[in-house]
Parts: sequence; C-alpha cells; structure tokens
Amino acid sequence: MGHLVLPNSGHNRDPEANKMGMWLFLFTELLLFGGLFIVYFVYRSMNSDAFLHASYELDVIIGTINTVILITSSMTIAMSITALQKGNKKLAMYLLWATQAFALAFLVNKYFEWGIKIEHGIFPGLDHYNHMPSGEKLFFFLYYFMTGLHALHIIVGGIFIGVVMKKVQKGEVTGERISLLENSGLYWHLVDLIWIYLFPLFYLIH
Amino acid sequence: MATAISTEKNFFEIKKGIASWLFTLDHKRIGLMYFYAIISFFLVGVILGLLMRLELIAPGETIVKPTTYNQIFTLHGVIMIFLFIIPSIPAIFGNFFLPIMLGTDDVAFPRLNLLSWWLYVGGAVFALLTLVVGDGPADTGWTFYAPYSVQTGTNVTLSVLAAFILGFSSILTGLNFIVTIHRLRAPGMTFNKMPLFAWSLYATSWIQLLATPIIGITLLMIVAERVFGIGLFDPSIGGDPILYQHLFWIYSHPAVYIMALPAMGIISELIPSFAKRTIFGYKAIAYSSMAIAFVGYFVWGHHMFTSGMSGTARVIFSILTFIVAIPTAVKVFNWVATLYKGSIDVQTPLLYALAFIFQFLIGGLSGLVLAALAADIHVHDTYFVVGHFHYVMFGGTGFAMFGALHYWFPKIWGRMYNKRTANIGFALLTVGFNFLYFPMMILGLMGMPRRYYDYLPRFTDLNVISTVGSWILAIGLIIMLWNLIRAKKTGEKVGRNPWGSISMEWQTKSPPPLENFDKLPELNEGGPYHYKH
Repeated sequence: MGHLVLPNSGHNRDPEANKMGMWLFLFTELLLFGGLFIVYFVYRSMNSDAFLHASYELDVIIGTINTVILITSSMTIAMSITALQKGNKKLAMYLLWATQAFALAFLVNKYFEWGIKIEHGIFPGLDHYNHMPSGEKLFFFLYYFMTGLHALHIIVGGIFIGVVMKKVQKGEVTGERISLLENSGLYWHLVDLIWIYLFPLFYLIH
Repeated sequence: MATAISTEKNFFEIKKGIASWLFTLDHKRIGLMYFYAIISFFLVGVILGLLMRLELIAPGETIVKPTTYNQIFTLHGVIMIFLFIIPSIPAIFGNFFLPIMLGTDDVAFPRLNLLSWWLYVGGAVFALLTLVVGDGPADTGWTFYAPYSVQTGTNVTLSVLAAFILGFSSILTGLNFIVTIHRLRAPGMTFNKMPLFAWSLYATSWIQLLATPIIGITLLMIVAERVFGIGLFDPSIGGDPILYQHLFWIYSHPAVYIMALPAMGIISELIPSFAKRTIFGYKAIAYSSMAIAFVGYFVWGHHMFTSGMSGTARVIFSILTFIVAIPTAVKVFNWVATLYKGSIDVQTPLLYALAFIFQFLIGGLSGLVLAALAADIHVHDTYFVVGHFHYVMFGGTGFAMFGALHYWFPKIWGRMYNKRTANIGFALLTVGFNFLYFPMMILGLMGMPRRYYDYLPRFTDLNVISTVGSWILAIGLIIMLWNLIRAKKTGEKVGRNPWGSISMEWQTKSPPPLENFDKLPELNEGGPYHYKH
C-alpha cells in the first residue's frame, strides 16, 4: 500500500502559522471597530456640541479605573507568557488567574456604569433617551454599541484565556508549545488597545 | 504529526457516508461541498433572473406585481452576490486546488476551513428564512440603501444578518489562504514561482480580510437603526444616508475585486495550458493582482457620483478608478500576448477563457464610461450599469468559473465529458449571454432606468431581444450542466494529465488521493509556465 508524507504537510505543527493567523484575525477586528470609529468621527464633527454635552454624563473616574485595570491585565498576561517560557508553570497560572480577575473587575465596573445610566432612562428605547436631541442620541448609541462590542470581546477573551489555562494545567500548553497562550495574549492586547482609543473618545475629549 | 495515509484510494473512496462529508477536514471535499451549495444557489438566482426578464418582456404588468418584482431583484442580487459570486471561485476551486498547486496536502487550518463552510450554510439558511417568515424577502435592492432599508416592513433584518454571517465565512477563508500561501508552499517554490491562480487568490484573500469587517459592522448598524430608531442613517430622525453609502461601498467596491481577481487567476492558468507556451509577463500578471487589490480599496466613491459628494472628492475617485483599469489592462494584454505564436489547442476551457477576455473587455471599457464624471451623470442608475455589471461579473467571473469547471473536471472526477456537447453548451451560453446583456447597455444609453418595473413602449423591442437572450442562455446552461452530470457517471476515464499541462495539479492522480500526491511533486524547471519546445 503506497503512501507519502510531504515535507511541507499542512498537518505538521507550525507555531509560525498559528501566530500569523492570529495577527490576520486581529487586523479584521481592528477594521470591525474601524467602521465604528468612522461613524463616530463623522457624527462628532456634525454634532460636536451635543457630543460634548453628552460626554459630561459619563463618569471619568470609573473610566480611568477601568483603563488602569485593563493595562495591568495586559501586563499580567505578558508576564505569564514569560513565566511559562521560563518553565514556571505555577507562576504562569497565578498570573493568568490575575488576568481573569482583572477582566471580571472591568466587567463589574461596566455593569454598574451602564446600570446607572439605564436607571436614568438613557438607553435606546427608554423614555429619557427618546427625548434627547439627535446628536446626544447618537453619542449614547455609539457609547453603548462600541463599549458593548468591546465588553463582548472582554468576555470572549476571558473564555479564550480560560480554555488556555485548562490546557496549561493539563500540560498541553508548555514553554515549548506556547503558541496558544501567546495568541490569547495577542488577543488580549488588542482588546486593551481598542479600549485605549475608546476611553479618550468617550470620556476625555472636551 | 502527519501520518501516512494510503495513496491507492482516491479522496472519494477513502471514506463513505454523509457524515464523512459534512465533517470532513479534507480541503477537496470542502471545496466540493461548496460547489454543490453554490451551484444550487446559482440556479435559484438564475431562475429569479429569468422571472425578472420575463416580467420585462412587455411594458406594464406581465407576470408579477411591482412589490414582488422588487423582492425578486433584491433576492436575485443577494443570492448572486453573497451566496454565489463572492464565494464561487475561491471557495470551490481555491479550496480544491490551492493546496495541490502549492504542492501540499491541505490548507493551514483545516478545521477553520470546515467552520467557514458551516458559516456559509448558516448564512444561506438566514437568506432562505426571509422567504417563509414575516412579509417576505427584502425589497430594497442588494445594497440595502438607507433610509428605505430602515423603513420597509420586509425582512431586511434577516437578509442583513445573512450577509453578516456570510461575511465571516469569507473572512475566515481569506485568512486560511493567506497563511497557507505563506507557510505551505512546496520546497523551492518561492513567491515568484507560485502559480498565478495562487497569486490571484492571495490578492483576493487580503481584500476579503481587510474589507469585509466594514460591511459586517455597517449591517449591524442597519439592524440597530431598525430596532431602536437612533438616527444613524435615516435623515428624518437626524441620520446621514450618504454615510451609509460610503460605509457600504468601502466594502462592496473592493468586493467586486473579490469576485473578479480569482477569475483572472483562472484565465492565467487556462491560457498557457492550452497555448502550450510560457506565459507572457508572469511578474506583471502577478503584481497587477496585488495592484488591483490595493487601488481597488480606494475607489468606492465612484458609486456615489450623483449622491452628493464634493467636486474634489468626485474628481479624486474618478482618477483612482481610471488608475485601477491599468493593471487590469496589463493582464489582458499579457493573455493575448501569450497566445501569440503558441501551439494553441482549442478545447472547451480555452473557449471559455477567450469568451472571458472578449466579454470582460466590454465590461471593463463600459466601466470606464461610468468612471468618467460627465458620462456617469447621464448613465448613472440606468440599465447601462446593469449591462456593465453583468458583463464583468457573469461574462467575466461566471464564464471563468465555467472554464475552470471544464478544465479541472477531469482532475476532480477522473472522467472526461463529451467535448462536442460541451462546445454546443458553450456556444449557446455565449450567444445567449450577449443577446441578454448587450441590449441593456443600449437601453441604458436611451434612458431606461434600472430596477424599474415598467417602461415606455419605445424600449419594447430591445427588451424582447434581451428576454429571448435569457432563454438561449438558460438552454446553454442546461446543456452544460447535463453534459457534466452525465460525464461524472459515465464519462471516459482519464489519466493524470489529459490536457498536457505542466501545472503541478496534473502530476497527481485523477481524482487525487486524500493527501493529494502519490509521489513527491516536482517543480517545473524554469518556472511554473515554462513549456519546452
């Protein structure tokens, strides 16, 4: 029975390919948010006063805390990659747990932030929102849409990291076979990066 | 690690049963599953098109009511664009042949590949659901222009979600191909020794990757606007419909290169295979694919010359559109130059390639009429645009796809079709095609608008010619498909290389074994198209 295995078989393990695939996927994520950034800039320039007025409703302190949380979580996941590369599985796991804790803290903050606004009737479909001038409506719609899509990415990222943690635990992801952990780190940095733009756009620009 | 799998059995024989297809990781089977799904939708789209043409055979009401007509042309557009022509060549022949032509055994991410197919099916289900629930399929045109798309009661939300899911399928296929091309080429195959079909898929994949997310997010905004009435795109509540048009065409113009580039890749394979001559200007053809992909990203504004843009913007978009014609023309000249002094073997696939060049030329040049600002003001939104678009997409990409089907048929199924019948099918298709679409251009110049249900009596004659053309085309299509279906069962068995091509996919058995090659593929000496005489 004849058989043949090619040297360039697609079934070989190829960490380079995995990383390249991840980077390409991150490009698509950037462009997904890119469309929203275009909409934001167009409507900001058309309704600059309304956007300014609406942005005062947002709590800069919670936003700042969340920014610090996310940047720190980016650091912890980067550190866990280094830890695992150096063979310290225990430390790597601690750092990944820390990353998960930060992700959860971010979402809890977001929950309260949104909750207060929704209580005040500021959400598409609610009474207060429906009586706002159109520029402020757009601001809050974009606020919910963009931070909501971002929060969704935090959740997906958290699940991704959770899966990787299980594999680290089982010894399927190790210092030598680290590309899955690296990819979850890349994804997490992207989530972080997008927030770095969302934060000034909604909270800081005056 | 790769394990040794028998090369005695071909990829059809190695496993049987429906589950072995639906959950296969084999790129060839996934390619064929795309083929059956895409061809089915193509036929649905064709039937809708025939109905439209039948309605337009005479002024006034002929067979359907105006609302139904609007729904028919929208569904025709959505099916033909999102379910047929965008996936067509990359998903079918790209999946099947890209790994073989690179000399490898699969794509870089086989499981992702299967996921793409399932996403395609999911998107298709959403598109079909619009037929059976609520007020029926959308009646907005495939462009979903606001504000009508946020006001109509028909199933816009479902249609838009279908397009959204199909977009994901397209992105993942593109991602897979880029990594495959970078990582899995045969030893010694540099980028500049890669088959031109692979080059064209490479360019296409970048567009799929970088343009599709924009439409994804835009379509979600349409849904949000419909649900919450925020004032994103509906001017009556403070939105900007022109912004929607920009966002839509930022994707949808590059998308026409997703449709056209793989077709050009096919032609670049067919011409040297049947001219038995080294391709003229390999690098020019390869790099012009990349140039088209790059420049094609910046020309979207030419869809909006009459929508209200500044004069400066219009001039810039017009110039950029003219520039994108240059790399396209480079390819056409190179193909024709390849034929010169070749030992041409006139077979069905080559006939399709020649028809492609002829029809794509008409389509491309009429595109320049639309790119010129002054001319566009007159023909914008007339039947001229419909004629132009179908010459490029059907006369171009569609014919290239049929050519590819006739070229690779013996490789995929290991049998040859009846060449005489295939040529008759080809002749009817070509004649029917030109009778169907050329009158549209004349009608457009005479002033008949596109998407209209009714027209003035003086347009009747040309509309009758066009409708009769659609019948001839349909007969050609039936003959072509019938011939191929018959050949699949009873065609004469062929060897590895019935066309005498030097391209790598002809080195393996027909049909190929599961891991594609039964002996180590060899690079052709002197480049992928170097025919020795």
